[in-house]
Amino acid sequence: MKKSKRPLLAIPYVVWMAIFVVAPIIMVVIYAFSTAGGGFTLENFTRMGTYTVIFTRSFRLALIATVVCLLIGYPLSYMMAKEGPRFQRVGMMLIMLPMWVNFLLRTYSWMSILEKNGLLNQFFSAIGLFDLINAVFGTNIQYFHMIGTQGAVVLGMVYNYLPFMILPIYSVIVKLDNSLLEAARDLGASSTAVFRKVIFPLSLPGILSGVTMVFVPSVSTFAISRLLGGGTQMLLGDLIEQQFLGGAYNPHLGSAIALVMMIIVVVCMWIMNHFGEGEEQAVML
Amino acid sequence: MKRIAALALASSLATGLLLTGCSVEHVSSETGAPVSSGSGTEPGSGRVVNVCSWGEYIDTDLIDQFEEKTGIKVNYQTAESNEALYSLLKSGGATFDVIVPSDYMISQLIEENMLAELNYDNIPNFSKIDDRFKNLSYDPENKYTVPYTWGTLGIIYNTAMVEEPITSWSAMFDEQYAGDVLLINNSRDALGIALYYLGYSVNTTDEAQIREAFQLISDAVSAGVYQGKVMDEVFQKMEQGNAAISTYYAGDYLTMLENNPDLAYVVPEEGSNWFVDAMCVLKDAQNKDEAEEWINFMASTEANLANMDYIWYASPNTEALEQYPAYYEETYGEPLDLELYEIMAAPQEVLDRCESYLVLPEATRALYNDLWIELGL
Repeated sequence: MKKSKRPLLAIPYVVWMAIFVVAPIIMVVIYAFSTAGGGFTLENFTRMGTYTVIFTRSFRLALIATVVCLLIGYPLSYMMAKEGPRFQRVGMMLIMLPMWVNFLLRTYSWMSILEKNGLLNQFFSAIGLFDLINAVFGTNIQYFHMIGTQGAVVLGMVYNYLPFMILPIYSVIVKLDNSLLEAARDLGASSTAVFRKVIFPLSLPGILSGVTMVFVPSVSTFAISRLLGGGTQMLLGDLIEQQFLGGAYNPHLGSAIALVMMIIVVVCMWIMNHFGEGEEQAVML
Repeated sequence: MKRIAALALASSLATGLLLTGCSVEHVSSETGAPVSSGSGTEPGSGRVVNVCSWGEYIDTDLIDQFEEKTGIKVNYQTAESNEALYSLLKSGGATFDVIVPSDYMISQLIEENMLAELNYDNIPNFSKIDDRFKNLSYDPENKYTVPYTWGTLGIIYNTAMVEEPITSWSAMFDEQYAGDVLLINNSRDALGIALYYLGYSVNTTDEAQIREAFQLISDAVSAGVYQGKVMDEVFQKMEQGNAAISTYYAGDYLTMLENNPDLAYVVPEEGSNWFVDAMCVLKDAQNKDEAEEWINFMASTEANLANMDYIWYASPNTEALEQYPAYYEETYGEPLDLELYEIMAAPQEVLDRCESYLVLPEATRALYNDLWIELGL
């Protein structure tokens, strides 16, 4: 009896998914394979080769941002999970606080930090860093070129998406059964071995969802690359946007690019999850 | 044409864009529709008019005044750019009555039969529009449009950061200013700059000329001339001296000048773009009468004076143009700097060397788009 009622609970979400996820994806697919006149075509995909540079750049920058997030996020999550509840509350607060501010405003403020006359360059200039460098190396630099570089774009991604890495990892580690760790120690494992053989494998699900939640928005972002990349580091998001809002309105090509991007992302995720499962199983065996 | 607000929305959409990767819903109602609460003439008849314009492109008091006067509720929305507006109209989700596109977009919409002919009997204030702004190339018989604002595109530069006054578009390609120049992030304007410099028409459809213009920009990109491609980020960058030279609209220059007195504006000697934004009614508009009433109200001298004072874009209304210096003096108690007024409302001899954008054929638009993406590779 109980069992038969359960599917009903899923109805709101299923309806939501159908309208806002499945239907748009179907539309993207239809657009991608059709011409303005409505006929079937593969031409939109044959043009994809031209954009290889942009595809590579997007995936490379997103990958770097994800790795950096993981390197910063994992130790922090681990440390936070091991501290007392008071520390956890404060830490959580500090992580969530910036997210109360609109994403774009946060990115916009990074602009004024990284600009030529931005806060950072002013600070370096005030502490005499440039004079020091010029004196030592005989150069003549007045400022660091930061805005409009790929580094700035990666910084923007890391800054904006880091919480999405920390939260899932933290919530997995904090729930780890302490008796498992005790058992491992009991059986003679060193603390490195406990981490390597028990904690890390068990936190993999958190890592995987963290990686997904950082990588996917990073790959498709267009606001960060426009503001911090100065519009010179065109990413996939910019490329797609250009098809809709640029001079030539071409939703068909835009959809084709979006579809290819989606497929690559899904394949990446699938491989990663597969790899993750394998690890977990291997450890469990 | 402040697009920051629209960009804010766009980026919040970016989060939703993760998987679908496609978004067309770029309208924000950032100005909202101020409901005139408590005023005597609360619209009981349920008459409404849906207006779509650019961000920061109206004195919002005018909306209240119009609602109070006519009892028609105004749903005021904004779009990011002509292209975003077009995308909205094409995707079919939008139900606007009045839109305020620029010249070249108007001719495209007329070409595609998307605009309704206006009944000028309902718009008596049209007679106050200066003859210079009637029967322009985008609407040669003036059947569809009532001009809203006009202005020029030019070079904004920081006098403290360049050696001598700039008079030519060559500054936009000059390696002397490498890293301090901002390119406008819009293919039509950017390639237009190069076309003016090369002495070609900005409306050329000759692929060789367009490619030559592209090469000029592309070489400048390789030489590191441009710090970036920007739209409304230009405000922050120019006001704080993060860049020395940029190309933008006269009205926006005046806004920047308030925050940085070192900035200067010039319409280069080779000529530039003279744009007109005009109000028009969509063919499938639900509220055509209300739309014409709105257009008539916005074309009045009072509305044009208030608007000109608020957005710093020149009005096409003859009386408003003549009365503005006096209006300014009365409002602020000090005389208007006529030099600034000439930047806002360029004199005829400047307009004579400027050219309006016409709609380009589809093949040329596609070429522009492809070249623009090539620049970002």
